[in-house]
Amino acid sequence: MTTVSSLDSGAVAPVSARESLFARLKKNRLSLFGGVLVLLAVFMAISAPFLPLQDPDAVDASSRLAPIGAPGHLLGTDELGRDILSRMFWGGRITLLVSIAATLIAMIAGTFLGLVSGYFLGWTDTVISRGIDVLMAFPYFLLALTVIAILGPGLLNGMLAIALVNVPFFARIIRGSTLSLREADYVLAAKGMGAGHSRILFRHILLNSLPTLVVATTINLGFMITAAAALSFLGLGVQPPTSDWGTMLASGRQYLSSAPHTSYLPGLAIFLTVLGFNLLGDGLRDALDPRMRD
Amino acid sequence: MRNYLLKRLAQTIPVLFGISILVFSMLHLAPGDPADLLLGPDATPEAVEDLREDMGLNRPLIVQYGAWAGRIVQGDFGRSVVLNRAVLPEVMKRFKNTLILTAGALAFAVVFGIGIGILAAKFHQTVFDSAAMLVALAGISMPTFFTGIAAILIFAMGFQVLPSSGMYPARGGDFFDLMRHLLMPAVTLGAVSAAILARITRSAMLEVIQQDFIRTARAKGVSEDKVVWIHALRNASITIVTVLGMQIGYLLGGSVITEAVFSWPGLGQMMVRAIQARDYPTVQGGVLIIAMSFVFINLAVDLIYAWLDPRIRYS
Amino acid sequence: MDTLMHAPKTAAKNANAPLLEVSNLSTEFATYAGTLSAVDGVSLSLQPGEVFGIVGESGSGKSVTALSIMGLIKKPGRVTGGTVRFKDEANLLDKTPAEMRKIRGGQISMIFQEPMTSLNPVFRIGWQIAEVLQIHREMTRTEAWERAIHLLDRVGIASPAKRAREFPHQLSGGMRQRVMIAMAMACAPSLLFADEPTTALDVTVQAQILDLMVQLKEEDGAAVMLITHDMGVIAEMAQKVAVMYAGVVMEEATVEELFDSPLHPYTQGLLDSIPRKKSRGQSLKAIPGIVPNLLHLPTGCRFRDRCAAAHSACALADPPLQTMPNSTRKVRCWLHHPEPPK
Repeated sequence: MTTVSSLDSGAVAPVSARESLFARLKKNRLSLFGGVLVLLAVFMAISAPFLPLQDPDAVDASSRLAPIGAPGHLLGTDELGRDILSRMFWGGRITLLVSIAATLIAMIAGTFLGLVSGYFLGWTDTVISRGIDVLMAFPYFLLALTVIAILGPGLLNGMLAIALVNVPFFARIIRGSTLSLREADYVLAAKGMGAGHSRILFRHILLNSLPTLVVATTINLGFMITAAAALSFLGLGVQPPTSDWGTMLASGRQYLSSAPHTSYLPGLAIFLTVLGFNLLGDGLRDALDPRMRD
Repeated sequence: MRNYLLKRLAQTIPVLFGISILVFSMLHLAPGDPADLLLGPDATPEAVEDLREDMGLNRPLIVQYGAWAGRIVQGDFGRSVVLNRAVLPEVMKRFKNTLILTAGALAFAVVFGIGIGILAAKFHQTVFDSAAMLVALAGISMPTFFTGIAAILIFAMGFQVLPSSGMYPARGGDFFDLMRHLLMPAVTLGAVSAAILARITRSAMLEVIQQDFIRTARAKGVSEDKVVWIHALRNASITIVTVLGMQIGYLLGGSVITEAVFSWPGLGQMMVRAIQARDYPTVQGGVLIIAMSFVFINLAVDLIYAWLDPRIRYS
Repeated sequence: MDTLMHAPKTAAKNANAPLLEVSNLSTEFATYAGTLSAVDGVSLSLQPGEVFGIVGESGSGKSVTALSIMGLIKKPGRVTGGTVRFKDEANLLDKTPAEMRKIRGGQISMIFQEPMTSLNPVFRIGWQIAEVLQIHREMTRTEAWERAIHLLDRVGIASPAKRAREFPHQLSGGMRQRVMIAMAMACAPSLLFADEPTTALDVTVQAQILDLMVQLKEEDGAAVMLITHDMGVIAEMAQKVAVMYAGVVMEEATVEELFDSPLHPYTQGLLDSIPRKKSRGQSLKAIPGIVPNLLHLPTGCRFRDRCAAAHSACALADPPLQTMPNSTRKVRCWLHHPEPPK
């Protein structure tokens, strides 16, 4: 059949496979914008100790709930008179740190489980997959609450909780790509040449799953930031006096009518950072791994 | 279909078992003595010792699990440390409110998410399509608590058209009051799911529209509306329903946050307080009820899936 | 057959009036690399009840021609010119989408190559046939369903009442193509496009499907435009043939003329590539090279790169499709032109 697509295939110049990742991303202006947002958030997190910011915990009873643009406080102050601009930088540092650490934990654990179950199959796969099924049987946020109920609220426990919730996400993706890669010619060739299991797993299969993993991690970071901030918002994550964007939002909520900026500023920061990761993730997926398109 | 149903039912058994194991072990995994945890800090040493004896904490774990599971099956979820009342009736009362919120959110997500997804696919590569997908991406990135607070700022404080908290006015109210109170929380909770559904629906529809059988339908003289809403949507719905099942889990779990923002008297709020107060029986009861209902919701979704896809129904 | 199903026969104003007359049909596709002409000024004409074959390699534009006439070209494709006269209709290309829908599936219908994917997997086959009848015959659901069972019976499907309740995946490829035929013939069309109707089927089933098509077309008096790359199918089925190459008609003749004395080197090449009894033992000849990229057609004749008989004139200008003296057959080749360019 001469369909439109068969006509096209002969006529459209194939996209060069060697075209660099950056060049492909650059074409997608939205994901470039996402990248800028991410860089901005990362800059805030890294630069907090080096910038001439006020002490984020310095209480000033004389200037509580100062509005945006108040003298000496560019973004105003919160209910204890603490400088919001400074707290945005330091709070972002905690939010990003917790989310990135949780993502790394989930990625490493999930990747390992996915590799092992997809490669060895048999009872290993059955045990791991059933375990993952049980984790997935819990509604997304409920599992995090369960873990916190066991370990108690706190920054570290919150991080472990949201990490655990996202282990199945990575395990499933990597198991899928391992299943298809284990039958690939070069894996069979490596096996024929006597390569050991660990070499095949980490050298061949993991390396070739890397694009998928990069895309999954970027998209997952968006979830993680939301989840970490949500736990803090509920008072189950970061505990005072430490604070992140989630706790800032929660405490600002008491003053919605008199000083809305105390809650919408950290809210906006979370939104823009998550949006950044999602835009970047979409762009990376299109560039690196089009099969993952939803 | 009967075989599929039986197979699917059999699959839920290990999952239910796994959930019960996890909930049972919560007490044992938590730091401290289970009897102390169950009775709370104010209990007398005698009461703790009695409970230890009662629970058989000195016996093997498997025996303890058996006894615990036996009590759960009979509806005995223990007593709340904080309220000093039986857990199950309290949990169920709150769970009803959570279900109302979740159902409202689901209705919003289905109508708007799927509707916008279909229209975006139908008007592919138009301004509507791009705008809808941009809004959807923003919607996915909006944390629920921020959406809720923004909604309160705008509609409760700015225009003062909707109440900002609770289910009913203080003096009590009727169904209409409930709907007024439900609107903002339901939309807030359902926003992310609506955005995800819109994206999935659009891409599923665009993929189906490329298929040969759509061309067949056009060659038959089927109108463009029927091609989209009947021939294409019925096929795309198989993908959509799968994602919908996952979204129900997201809504059930995520309602915790929405309940906190709008002071909705649901199970989530109760559980957050119970976690902070280390009221373990209440937490266990809440986790068990939500997780088990999610298992059965998933079962129902899979049956709908099979009903939608004859290739599964007749195999 | 009951007469209810037959379209009211319009009194022929002129005994020789063609059923379908396509002139100068052009269809373009916009691609990233530029606009290509998939169909480039094709003219054809079909008599009522006739089987007209279009033959060519994939990419020759034969399917796009049919889809253009049906009004089924989708973006990025576009019909850019020409007229399609059908029965009393002045030009199908000027019709609104709603007007075309009344004709499609009713007076003109189409069978596609892939019976595996051309039926909707989630609807019962009876429903899919009944749908055509509900659209074009304004039947009630029950009437249409019963009619669908009758049509399944007519296309040779055993226990049709039971089969009507089944889904496409429960049927074999041959059965699915029978369902497609039942669907296409449901409203007794006067013109049927059959786009590679047997290509995807087993050899044993191919003959059955072709026989079925001949039988139904005889009963209903439909004309068939048969699109295929298979010269054997053409020889068996068609009365007239057009050979297409890179979007244009290279040669048009009756089946006897074409097979007995092919004029165009491309037609000769196609005929040489089919196995025959008398050439048993000899190796089959394939036409060297591939169909040219439609974006970068050679200057002059578009077949000259692959043509054994190419000479200097062929590079100078594109030959016109011209009628041979004392005959109705047409050919597009400088070899048969009285005044080739020098």
